[in-house]
Amino acid sequence: MNQQKIGSWIAIIVGMLYFIVPLIGTFEFSLRMRRGEYSFDAYRVVFGDPNFQATFGYSTLMAVLTILVGVLIVVPTSYWIQLRLPKLRPLVEFITLMPLVIPAIVIVFGYLRLYNSSSILPLTATARSTDLLLVFSYVTLALPYLYRAVDTGMRAIDVRVLTEAAENLGASWPTILFKVILPNVRVAILSGAFLTFATVIGEFTMASLLNRPAFGPYLQLMGANRAYEPSALAVIAFLVTWACMGLINVVGRGKQIKAAP
Amino acid sequence: MAFLDITDVRKNYGPQTVVHKFDLDVERGEFISFLGPSGCGKTTTLRMVAGFEVPTAGAIRIDGKDITRLRPNQRNVGMVFQSYALFPNMTVADNVAFGLKIARKPATEIAGRVAEMLKIIKLPHLGERFPYQLSGGQQQRVALARALAISPKVLLLDEPLSALDAKIRVSLREEIRSLQRSLGITTIYVTHDQEEALSMSDRIVVMNEGRVEQIGTPFEIYNNPRTRFVASFVGTLNLLKGKVVDPVAGKIVIDGQEVFSSKRIGHLQAGEACAAALRPEAATLHQTELQEAAKIASSFARESGPRNRMVGTIEEVSFLGSVVRIRVRFQENAISLDTFNNPNATPPARGAQVTVTFGREDLLVLEGAEG
Amino acid sequence: MAQQGHVASQAPRAQSVQLGQKAWAWIGVTPFFIFALMFLIIPTLYLVVGAFQDVEGHFTLANIAQLFTQASIRSAYWISIKVSVASALVGALLGFALAYAAVIGGLPQWIRPTLMTFSGVASNFAGLPLAFAFLATLGRTGILTTVLITYFDFNIYSTGFNLLSFWGLTLTYLYFQIPLMVLIITPALDGLKREWREASAILGASYWEYWRYVALPILWPAILGTTLLLFANSFGAIATAYALTGSSLNIVTILLYAQIRGDVLHDQNLGYALALGMILITGISNGAYIWLRARSDRWQR
Repeated sequence: MNQQKIGSWIAIIVGMLYFIVPLIGTFEFSLRMRRGEYSFDAYRVVFGDPNFQATFGYSTLMAVLTILVGVLIVVPTSYWIQLRLPKLRPLVEFITLMPLVIPAIVIVFGYLRLYNSSSILPLTATARSTDLLLVFSYVTLALPYLYRAVDTGMRAIDVRVLTEAAENLGASWPTILFKVILPNVRVAILSGAFLTFATVIGEFTMASLLNRPAFGPYLQLMGANRAYEPSALAVIAFLVTWACMGLINVVGRGKQIKAAP
Repeated sequence: MAFLDITDVRKNYGPQTVVHKFDLDVERGEFISFLGPSGCGKTTTLRMVAGFEVPTAGAIRIDGKDITRLRPNQRNVGMVFQSYALFPNMTVADNVAFGLKIARKPATEIAGRVAEMLKIIKLPHLGERFPYQLSGGQQQRVALARALAISPKVLLLDEPLSALDAKIRVSLREEIRSLQRSLGITTIYVTHDQEEALSMSDRIVVMNEGRVEQIGTPFEIYNNPRTRFVASFVGTLNLLKGKVVDPVAGKIVIDGQEVFSSKRIGHLQAGEACAAALRPEAATLHQTELQEAAKIASSFARESGPRNRMVGTIEEVSFLGSVVRIRVRFQENAISLDTFNNPNATPPARGAQVTVTFGREDLLVLEGAEG
Repeated sequence: MAQQGHVASQAPRAQSVQLGQKAWAWIGVTPFFIFALMFLIIPTLYLVVGAFQDVEGHFTLANIAQLFTQASIRSAYWISIKVSVASALVGALLGFALAYAAVIGGLPQWIRPTLMTFSGVASNFAGLPLAFAFLATLGRTGILTTVLITYFDFNIYSTGFNLLSFWGLTLTYLYFQIPLMVLIITPALDGLKREWREASAILGASYWEYWRYVALPILWPAILGTTLLLFANSFGAIATAYALTGSSLNIVTILLYAQIRGDVLHDQNLGYALALGMILITGISNGAYIWLRARSDRWQR
């Protein structure tokens, strides 16, 4: 058994080294902007860059909109499936798995062909409508995790009993949904929301192909042209991801779910 | 020398002693039960015999060979687990064959042995099934066959029936016992169910809080419990609170009525509070005068010497089928006694005044006043 | 009679309430299905159908054929497959080792939750920031490179290693592949009951025999399935590769990106075929993963 313990320790230490060294390396690199000494110059430049502020703000806005739209779509669906349409469950679950199977780049490719200027629904025609398209594409990206989180939360509470009790007391459907069901799946929704936020903030492919001024394309531009700022941005991105995951844990039983790169 | 020798075995986890001095000699072919409540150390002791725990002190010998420090896979003992522990990725036949395959027996020998074992457990046609396709009782029988296939020197069973339904438990325990008898294999059986232990064992080791309370045959354990724990754990017991009157004569008073115990109470003081115990089947109920006792005597009435008698009132009569359970109240105390159902006699009524008699040797005086 | 009329009016009202309830449910799920149609199903179908069409819209298999015949496309798929296989296999192996160490390895209690939390974060830390991190560490002026040169007199680039290459990309991908493996395989390792280990031991098996005959057979659907998941995950990745190797490493996703941006293939339908190829590969891998998961769940009742 001792052999096993030594081997295990080696594995863990090597693993931890592999994961921590790049983080240290990035942080160290980001401090090197001023020649000869460590400083936070790179961070100063980044935070002072109006493009950073604009794109980060844009992506944050997109993330919030994605969460709103996503929740509005997912919560009623999960509710009604649970309550009245259990036979539809396999179909819905299959649909929510599709974004995991079909790569993001393919999905946005489809959008560009289907909703370009010469189609029935020219969503790429104006900036605003493309923003809308981007939100929808992000919702698609977040759908598997959002649905899984909300559905799990929905299953944990007895939807049928709650609804009947509320009906008995005279509540109407909107009241039931917003005043009874929603508060009870709040934790699940928050978990899904934080995960969505982390996913959307750094997303590159869709934003780039739809030509929107999001944080992802900004990162790519910085990476191509600057030396030290990208590392600072990487550190910031990592901290944001960590904060989101941490908030999920804080908020409650957040399930650890994977995300596509 | 005994076939299985457990000598002075002790087990500590850090500062906590889980098994105190454990000594047991098991003869070849004997069926021994370790009986006790959860946490009493019975499973830990079994696992030390199996090799999953290493004793802090003491030695374990099988057939003369010291196995105390041997690894589990070197001991040639068989074990049946509470959760069956069948390998889910293998068929029944492969499960049973596993030990033989590891021992690198030739394939034909393995096949023959597996067929033989499946016949013994009466499941000859389920060889190609997977464990998840079997019921609990079937899985446990396969587990038994798997343990026996390697012809182990000792068979260990860790609460094998606890996870099964009551009916299956009863039939399976009879099967296990008859199988053990026909194979003549030395067996240790861990259980918290005293009925199982009493009905199956040659001898029982009663344990409590890591200590051996008593070792004896079922008859001995039940009728001559050495400690108050054994008396209360094995079988149902009436506990009565009384006071010692005359320790030399064995006289105590219960609710103002004087009774005698032929068990030794010389170590107690006069006036000291004591607890007495009485088995339900040892008491006899008399509805009218004492002279009519012969008409309604229970099957096991003893005739040796003057009997104790106490007068009380019937508090409750429960008709349990073949047995009628009657509770008689004195003052502070009450006893339950069982009589066989007699279709020709009306059961006594609640509130009737009755006399209860029992032999002097049936009254056990235990230490301590509290029940 | 008044009574009859009363009864008669009750029944249809009860019925309409029933219908009303079911109808509400259907209305409630409609947004989801409309969304799914508009932004998932139809766009995908559009591409799939387009893959089988030529410029005029007639049915053809020429696009599919060109996937195999055109050298640049063939090599793109080949490189993608190689990178995905490499990162999947290595990621699965190392991830399994880490999960094993944390769950079964007999280490202090705090190791496991720490590993799981970190894996949760690391599996989401991908894309461009990850590329930057690895450039800052293992790039030509990266910290690890410089430390090795300064203190160990060892220049990894002199051995032919280059971060901006096949192996460099694989190494970078491992940063999210390994945690993913850890997250998925840890519950499977939990499912290995202690009694199986003990039963095998008492029947004479050594530790290796236990693994060979009991534990690995029980685990292989989960291991294989997750490896396939890792494969699909890597195959569909683009952001990291874009920032790291750019167009120097011609993987399918980069090619598709270039095609969408600037029609480098000069043939729209060929682009659709490219996408179709991707869907098939990731679809089959993920489908196999799901099937294998279901199988292994059945055993672990």
